[in-house]
Amino acid sequence: MSAAAESALGASGEDHFRYVLRLADTSLVLGQRLSEWVGHAPALEEDLALGNIALDLIGQARLLLSYAGRIEGRGREEDQLAFLRDAPEFYNVALAEQPNGDFAATIVRQALIDAWQLELYHSLTASADEPLAEIAAKALKECRYHWRFSCGWLVRLGDGTPESHVRAQEALDALWRFTEELITPDALDVRMASLAIAPPLAAVHGRWEARIAAALKEATLRQPASQHYPWHGKSGVHTEHLGHLLGEMQHLQRTYPGATW
Amino acid sequence: MYTQALDSPGAEPRSPASAGEAERERRFQERIDRDEKIEPKDWMPEGYRQTLIRQIAQHAHSEIVGMLPEGNWITRAPTLRRKLVLIAKVQDEGGHGMYLYSAAETLGVSRGELIEQLLAGRAKYSSIFNYPTLTWADIGAIGWLVDGAAIMNQIPLCRCSYGPYARAMVRICKEESFHQRQGYEIMLTLARGTPAQREMAQDALNRWWWPSLMMFGPSDAESVHTAQSMRWKIKRFSNDELRQRFIDVTVPQAQFLDLAVPDPALRWDEASQHFITGPIDWSEFQTVLKGHGPCNRERLGARRAAHDAGRWVREAAAAYADKHRDRTGGGAERYAQAV
Repeated sequence: MSAAAESALGASGEDHFRYVLRLADTSLVLGQRLSEWVGHAPALEEDLALGNIALDLIGQARLLLSYAGRIEGRGREEDQLAFLRDAPEFYNVALAEQPNGDFAATIVRQALIDAWQLELYHSLTASADEPLAEIAAKALKECRYHWRFSCGWLVRLGDGTPESHVRAQEALDALWRFTEELITPDALDVRMASLAIAPPLAAVHGRWEARIAAALKEATLRQPASQHYPWHGKSGVHTEHLGHLLGEMQHLQRTYPGATW
Repeated sequence: MYTQALDSPGAEPRSPASAGEAERERRFQERIDRDEKIEPKDWMPEGYRQTLIRQIAQHAHSEIVGMLPEGNWITRAPTLRRKLVLIAKVQDEGGHGMYLYSAAETLGVSRGELIEQLLAGRAKYSSIFNYPTLTWADIGAIGWLVDGAAIMNQIPLCRCSYGPYARAMVRICKEESFHQRQGYEIMLTLARGTPAQREMAQDALNRWWWPSLMMFGPSDAESVHTAQSMRWKIKRFSNDELRQRFIDVTVPQAQFLDLAVPDPALRWDEASQHFITGPIDWSEFQTVLKGHGPCNRERLGARRAAHDAGRWVREAAAAYADKHRDRTGGGAERYAQAV
């Protein structure tokens, strides 16, 4: 990928492009995962709710990908960015690409990301990058609903039956290692924060942690010990799952290059 | 998405047991003849109630099972816009299922019972959903043909004599007509696309044409209950009349796409001003209806798998609600809103 010109905000085009892709890809990949539930959820109401959240997330991804394409300045549009990049060029957090598993795994993954997106988008509404701040304001409203849903279910599962408690705790234990990258700034996070395009991740970290700790307490779940897990999706280093997700998602665009759909 | 005129034995209208009941039935019929709506608390003959429960439940089940063939392409939709539209469409079908189960509940049966009947294989749903979606063009063909056929069938149901069903149908029809346009738009894009896309569109029409015609149910000569359902204004037009309307509207749409309807006998009849098709292979319809279509096992299997895999979740929600019943407001909801 060639570096785009320096942006008016002082960021290198490459940095700016990649930071917006982190947000876009997290919403896209998580939306894609949730859409796998449509038609198969535990109850009709949950089927509709999971589909709604998928719709919001993919809608956010479209806005963010289009914006990323404008920053890049090479004429790539949302679909080229979504369907014609390979896994190492995706910058979503690895938590988003984890398989749906059972409903508990889906809910735990969702609650961890919803709380994070809620805090992150809240801060991004004050970004020096105005188009990004506008997208964040729209996303923030949606994130509030997503968190209500996922947190409500986290509490019901944790404090429901012995079986649901065990399933929720196991999902939490298995997924916790992927939370490190949500709250640990890397060089790009630091550069974006220094230009006031993104918030300092430390501020998001504190609010995210407090939100999750309170929800886990209400859910009677135990917060796992932190584990060092330095392979961060946001740097393009993914788990094996992303390649399969993209293989499925990108199938038609890859099989029929150049066709209009 | 749709109810099929699957008249089955077991709910034959009984003859009135007494002179009093005969009088009530006479007055009931007069109300219907005056185009009054029947509401849940009104007296109604048992045959009317059972016929409606069966028809509304079949329709609800069809919506729910109908989520599966289209859901099959959500993760592979070719653009983000198409993906959003498809998710929203499949969700609409789930929503239709919900209103329809609610409409059936006004007749004294619960959604849980109806779902058990479906999962046990004791209830029917539209045969069309037992066909596979093999390419993206099938998503276009379903919207265009299957939703198109559903609309033909459902518009008259907006004037059905039973109030809750008629009102549910008004909203459902609006959404279905949106789905139909979206489906046709997919077909148009493919038909004007690359040779491979065109071929995909033609292949989808070839596979969906005849099953769509079968959606209207057996021909009038074979249909058991048409006359009684017509008197009750549960049904307003016969299977064959509705099928003919669908054919007359759809053939010119296929011509506009420059796709060939897979029926060598198809011709325009100047005298009757109708398109006349070749004979429908009703043996295929009967095969699919008896459970031996290409995807009957998969569709019911997927519904059962979701129901079984979701049992512990539903139990957890019920257990949580029980534990927190004495608190003001539902705990999880209240908590989630507060934070």
